Amino acid sequence: MKATRDAYGETLAQLGEQDRDIVVLDADLSGSTKTAVFAKKFPDRFFNMGIAEANMVGTAAGLAAVGKVPFVSTFAIFAAGRAWEQIRQSVAYPKANVKIVPTHGGVTVGEDGGSHQSVEDIAIMRAIPNMTVIVPADALETREAVKAAAAHKGPVYIRLGRNKVPEIFNDDYRFAIGKGCELASGNDMTFISTGLMTAQAVQAAALLGKEGISARVVHMATIKPLDQEIVLKAARETKAIVTAEEHSVIGGLGSAVAELLAEQQPTPIKRAGIHDRFGTSGKADELIKYFGLTPDDLAEAARELLGRK
Amino acid sequence: MEQEKIAFLEEKARALRVSIVKTLHKSQSGHTGGSLSAIDMVTALYFHTMRHDPENPGWEERDRFILSKGHAAPAQYVTLAEAGYFPKEDLMMLRRLGSHLQGHPDSKGTPGVEVCTGSLGQGLSMANGMALGLRLDNSRSRIYVLLGDGELQEGQVWEAVMSAAHYRLDNLCAMVDANGLQIDGEVKKVMNVGPIGDKFRAFGWHVIEIDGHDMAAITGALESAERTKGKPTVIVASTVKGKGVPRFEHKASYHGVAPNDEELNEALICLGCFED
Repeated sequence: MKATRDAYGETLAQLGEQDRDIVVLDADLSGSTKTAVFAKKFPDRFFNMGIAEANMVGTAAGLAAVGKVPFVSTFAIFAAGRAWEQIRQSVAYPKANVKIVPTHGGVTVGEDGGSHQSVEDIAIMRAIPNMTVIVPADALETREAVKAAAAHKGPVYIRLGRNKVPEIFNDDYRFAIGKGCELASGNDMTFISTGLMTAQAVQAAALLGKEGISARVVHMATIKPLDQEIVLKAARETKAIVTAEEHSVIGGLGSAVAELLAEQQPTPIKRAGIHDRFGTSGKADELIKYFGLTPDDLAEAARELLGRK
Repeated sequence: MEQEKIAFLEEKARALRVSIVKTLHKSQSGHTGGSLSAIDMVTALYFHTMRHDPENPGWEERDRFILSKGHAAPAQYVTLAEAGYFPKEDLMMLRRLGSHLQGHPDSKGTPGVEVCTGSLGQGLSMANGMALGLRLDNSRSRIYVLLGDGELQEGQVWEAVMSAAHYRLDNLCAMVDANGLQIDGEVKKVMNVGPIGDKFRAFGWHVIEIDGHDMAAITGALESAERTKGKPTVIVASTVKGKGVPRFEHKASYHGVAPNDEELNEALICLGCFED
């Protein structure tokens, strides 16, 4: 078990050694986002911008304009929310080589409550042209995604979480931007999940397996550009899709999959996620239950869907 | 500075004012008033102060200019064309479908445009980022950024003002084109931003206040900015919106309106085009 934000801090510090052009900006949350690991090692290339996210994003765009590779971190709600128009105008519109890597995405932020729980960030980032959106499932995938983002020319948004999450991948895993990954084979239905919901989907598939239901699990780290091929294949072969994300069902992974299927391969679908509500205070595991994101909830969604088949 | 150089810059600015009104007349869309108030400063930057190479827009050691008040794009476009960044004929395609001359500056298409602006309040932050990045590289390049006075109403500007002073960005010079007018009327009536100089001073900046149409004052202030160490400089330039064409001067109504045939003719007369 390891938090994706911990993997981020370590990876940044590693990348900083290999590439002198990598610079990091934070808005007074470097201890929480783990950019402090980089800051300690490379103080000259770390800029604390204070509690001023709009200016932080603009500054990053300027750094990119003179050849630097800026990584920008704060909590997801402040990165995507507070600085949305700066990301649009100063980063995405000019295709600036800025990597926006917020932590504390989703409701598992926990006790801080709804003000701090970003459930819309994937939707609003996905809507911006030129933007790539990635939500890693575990520490190892975070490491690979951060490396891939550094190598990628152009804006990237990588949403990370606060809490320790189970390991899904091992060192053989080859991450690629825009590629989904089949974690369990199955022919009766498919879970398409992202971020920490992939661990829940794997467990849900195991529960269904005990009932003789063969569930496929596709982990979709990159929500934009979406791996259309793996979605359409799952739809053709299993004819039932349950999406799972720690995010609003409006505009996120569920929407992206539903949009694709509606146009190209109409298929029964259920979207597990936050149903048009704000978050609330509580412990992370309590909130996962509260919002219906447990393996039991996902398995139940699959059963309902199979009942309609 | 010698009188000859000042006269040269004044003549350049006059010719560029002609180019602005002709360009806007052709496009029949765009921002006349703020382009004419800013052009003297833009002229001084490109034809006197900045080290740049129109043949090689990506020259690493160049000084950089950001037009944060991106709606004054015609002022930057006519200057870039005059300097040789792209053919002057391109100006006649301003704001047309397929043209690299977008309604607001777009670094993806126009040689010499460093970043995308147009949504107000973001240019100084980008200028700060450039100044920080170039300082990391021990570059001697300087960054110039032009803001409007109405633009100072954007909160992000003050985040950036704070940040530039905090990081002691003495390779950065901001200029405020204080023409006193914005779309809905007088800046002081819409939302007063004054006293501008005092605000920047309180944030720790070196402040120079000048007449933004006095070429000797502009070039002198830019030289003073370059000599200033340990803090960023802002040149607060009092200007006249629509400067050079009396019909457009001091009028908020010419903020975002292009000249019609009659106005073009009058402007060309005022700008000395038919004297011979």
